[in-house]
Amino acid sequence: MNNPILTVRHLSVTFNHLNTVVDDISFDIHAGETFALVGESGSGKSMTALSVLRLLPNNARLSADTINLQSDDLLKHSEYDLCKIRGRRIGFIFQDPMSSLNPVMTIGSQIEEVIKLHFDLSRDALKQRVLELLQQVEIPDPQQRIKDYPHQLSGGQRQRVMIAIALAGQPDLLIADEPTTSLDVTIQAQILALLKAIQQQTGMALWLISHDLALVSTMADRVAVMQRGKIVETGLTAEFFSQPKHPYTRKLLNALPLMQSCLTHTAEEKPPLLQVSDFYCHYPIRKGIFKRIVDYVRAVDGVSFNIQHGKTLALVGESGCGKTTLGKSLLNLIPGSGRVVINGVELNALTGEALRQQRANIQIVFQDPFSSMNPRMLVGDIIAEGIRALHPHISLDERKARVRQLLQQVDLPEDSALRYPHEFSGGQRQRICIARALAVDPKLIVCDEPTSALDVSVQAQIIQLLKTLQREKGVSYLFITHDLAVVAEIADDVAVMYKGKIIEQGSVAEVLMQPKQAYTQKLLAAVPVLKMEH
Amino acid sequence: MIVLWTDALIYLLIAVMLSLGLYLRGKEHIQRPLQQIGRSKIGMVSLVVLLFFVSVGLLDSVHFKLADDKKNEIISLLDLWATPLREHGEKTYSAPFATNLYSKEMMTQADGSMEWSYPRLEFGGRHLNNPETEKIPDILQKSGYGLAQGLGLTGALMLLWYMVRQTHFERLNFIVRPELIAQGQVVPEARHGEQLSPSTKAVWIVLFIIVPLATALVHLSGYYHVFGTDKVGEDVFYQAIKSIRTGLVIGTLTTLIMLPMAIVFGILAGFFRGWVDDVIQYIYTTLNSIPSVLLIAASILMVQVYMANHEAAFTSVIVRADMRLLFLCMILGVTSWTGLCRLLRAETLKLREMEYVQAAQALGVKQGAILLRHILPNVMHIVLISVVLDFSSLVLAEAVLSYINIGVDPTTYSWGNMINGARLEMAREPIVWWSLSAAFVFMFALVLAANLFADVVQDAFDPRRSGNE
Repeated sequence: MNNPILTVRHLSVTFNHLNTVVDDISFDIHAGETFALVGESGSGKSMTALSVLRLLPNNARLSADTINLQSDDLLKHSEYDLCKIRGRRIGFIFQDPMSSLNPVMTIGSQIEEVIKLHFDLSRDALKQRVLELLQQVEIPDPQQRIKDYPHQLSGGQRQRVMIAIALAGQPDLLIADEPTTSLDVTIQAQILALLKAIQQQTGMALWLISHDLALVSTMADRVAVMQRGKIVETGLTAEFFSQPKHPYTRKLLNALPLMQSCLTHTAEEKPPLLQVSDFYCHYPIRKGIFKRIVDYVRAVDGVSFNIQHGKTLALVGESGCGKTTLGKSLLNLIPGSGRVVINGVELNALTGEALRQQRANIQIVFQDPFSSMNPRMLVGDIIAEGIRALHPHISLDERKARVRQLLQQVDLPEDSALRYPHEFSGGQRQRICIARALAVDPKLIVCDEPTSALDVSVQAQIIQLLKTLQREKGVSYLFITHDLAVVAEIADDVAVMYKGKIIEQGSVAEVLMQPKQAYTQKLLAAVPVLKMEH
Repeated sequence: MIVLWTDALIYLLIAVMLSLGLYLRGKEHIQRPLQQIGRSKIGMVSLVVLLFFVSVGLLDSVHFKLADDKKNEIISLLDLWATPLREHGEKTYSAPFATNLYSKEMMTQADGSMEWSYPRLEFGGRHLNNPETEKIPDILQKSGYGLAQGLGLTGALMLLWYMVRQTHFERLNFIVRPELIAQGQVVPEARHGEQLSPSTKAVWIVLFIIVPLATALVHLSGYYHVFGTDKVGEDVFYQAIKSIRTGLVIGTLTTLIMLPMAIVFGILAGFFRGWVDDVIQYIYTTLNSIPSVLLIAASILMVQVYMANHEAAFTSVIVRADMRLLFLCMILGVTSWTGLCRLLRAETLKLREMEYVQAAQALGVKQGAILLRHILPNVMHIVLISVVLDFSSLVLAEAVLSYINIGVDPTTYSWGNMINGARLEMAREPIVWWSLSAAFVFMFALVLAANLFADVVQDAFDPRRSGNE
């Protein structure tokens, strides 16, 4: 444990001479251990990793006393020498496997490329090595897959290929920058297990960069927390999670949603607000000159559920299971068929002006707070838009007063109305989106992954806000998410969706604590749970 | 005062631009790119050059009849000011700054004998007694006088600007107003020290070059033909500055005509898709596959026939020429909207899937309002960029079309017509080079300035580029 592979002392990174993103940090990574660097977005954790490899953007300035790889001073190396170290002695896995692979090269040749760079092998040996690597990352049927292009692989398989590329140089240190953030929870569990297994095989050190404390608690030997460019706390995982010292760490840990919290929900029955029965959402696949319909993509394939007044139904599923499609087609943003009754009004029977008038009943909050507001409009106008459209008789002054009141309800300063969306942070923007949805007094708000683009502490605040609003106004939520911990925190009922169908539904305690379906059990098992006692 | 059709449209264009400017004054998303343009040296310098051209063009767009004129001629403010240039016609070609004609003539000498030689010009260098010895000192002296005039003028202007700026700061109590920054007149740092920003400095340097040069040329042109004369003895300098208006009209009015079509069709096609998209796409692919020269030639012919049949409505030459110019703009506009339309359709296709558009639909906002409030403002940067980019290509298109005789009326002053005329002059022995060169220099200056300005505008307004300065 006391032969550090990587030693970093007093590292700082500054942008354009004024904006310090990494502020005088020091740490060691030992051989064979898993070191985790945790922090919220913008805390400078990725920049730290990039600066060790000197891959910073052009306008960044790096300064450090030491960056040693074993006994090798990386700061003294020229760019040319460093190229031989990158990929050979330090491997790197990026967050997004979609954009990190070249779409016009086969995966085999992409792995070959890296091996050729560092080892002098014959053609056959090269091919053998590629197959070995693909086997090592557990890609089924490597002989066949070697000629595949990235688009033929699933997200998880692509990340496996990325890992294979990182391993090609047989590195001593593997840096994994949020390796599973864009993956589904079951695949995340597989990838993490794979990383663990490979680490045990090769004895390399793993430097894991993540925002997910629960994940880190299951993976890491040592943890460091970063806040605004500084490392505020470092420690062994066991101590770190049982006795956090720094207030920021405690705040982070408290913000984590807990699975156990679902037990506290009361289960009183209320009359149903929304009744959906036999709902379909099929896209035709057309082929041939005459565009004959040969088949359908069954995005939503016959679902039925109810939502009670003032309650929250969580719709859980992995990406591509049709949960977002279902949410949007309830609002008629995507055409669907089936019976949708809200408050006694059958929505599907309505068209044109009548439908427009009913729109006030259901509103939506989107996942990405950055693309869900028109960047050219003032926040006040954005919030007032619904009132303008559905209640044109309300006067300008009343509208303004209403906007002020809404801003107050979502805890934003009153002068926000006269500012543009880009001046706000992600969490604040999500508040604006909630205010926009609330403006028309909806009975039901469809929340489409409203917190998955946000940091844990902000996520906790938004969930708190949603709960408060529910208590005060009695709105119901259809909460679409892939994060089961958040479900436990907010939902009263849960519906689990798989390939367009709802395979299990019931109260939150039932589904999360005694799942009946195998898929639900698998999903729950894959969720990284904070290990408090080590 | 007489308002020609193109004049009316130019006034309309100015009114539109002014109101747009007033409307966008407080909009921050427009302010930021404008500030970036204001900080760019190249942008500001090319803007000064463009404004110089525009002011000449505007002077040339105020038409009237002189009360005491017997010829019943319609002239513009520029013509009035350039009366000496207009009336100092020679017999035929003469070189720049020449005092004698470019071709020999039989002349009667004082003693009655006949001689075959170059006669003195009627107006160019008339004040000189002995051209061989006096000409060069006279030119130097006159240009020196003109330069001094210009320097004095610019200096006075700068002093005035400085004083205004000072009082401005005092009155505003050191609050810098963003619109002034946008115009490049005030820099944020200027409120602390007395430093000028690099772009402001560049603007003044350019002004100190352009204005004295212009005054020197103007002063000299009263005594000489600074760019020579053409076949019928008309001053080439006068032709070149009269062509500025033609170039500007073609560059701007064409955009005025093509913009509504491109925006309306592009956005509708992208937003509604389905059959609307199909119809609009068919229209522009069809239009694109007809050679535009053919269309232009046909429509110009139509106008000529129309004017021949309705002679009573087109009494003077200038009215006829103006009608033809307007029609050329229209047909150029009709053939050139397709490119922008495609861009806007593609952008709208992207925007309509944005979550804020879906949110607006969920809020029950009507389709028209979504188009106006959410789609249109978010494609405006593309419109702006392509307008500035198209301007220079349209000025060049005019020159090409006039060269093949389907452009503006032969009596209209335009760089294209000057180049067209130079076709024969280049084949002449000795060669007549000044018409072509004058047209080239003026057109080059305008198009280069427009292109540089377009680059800066594109950098500032293109969201993918504006971040990485």
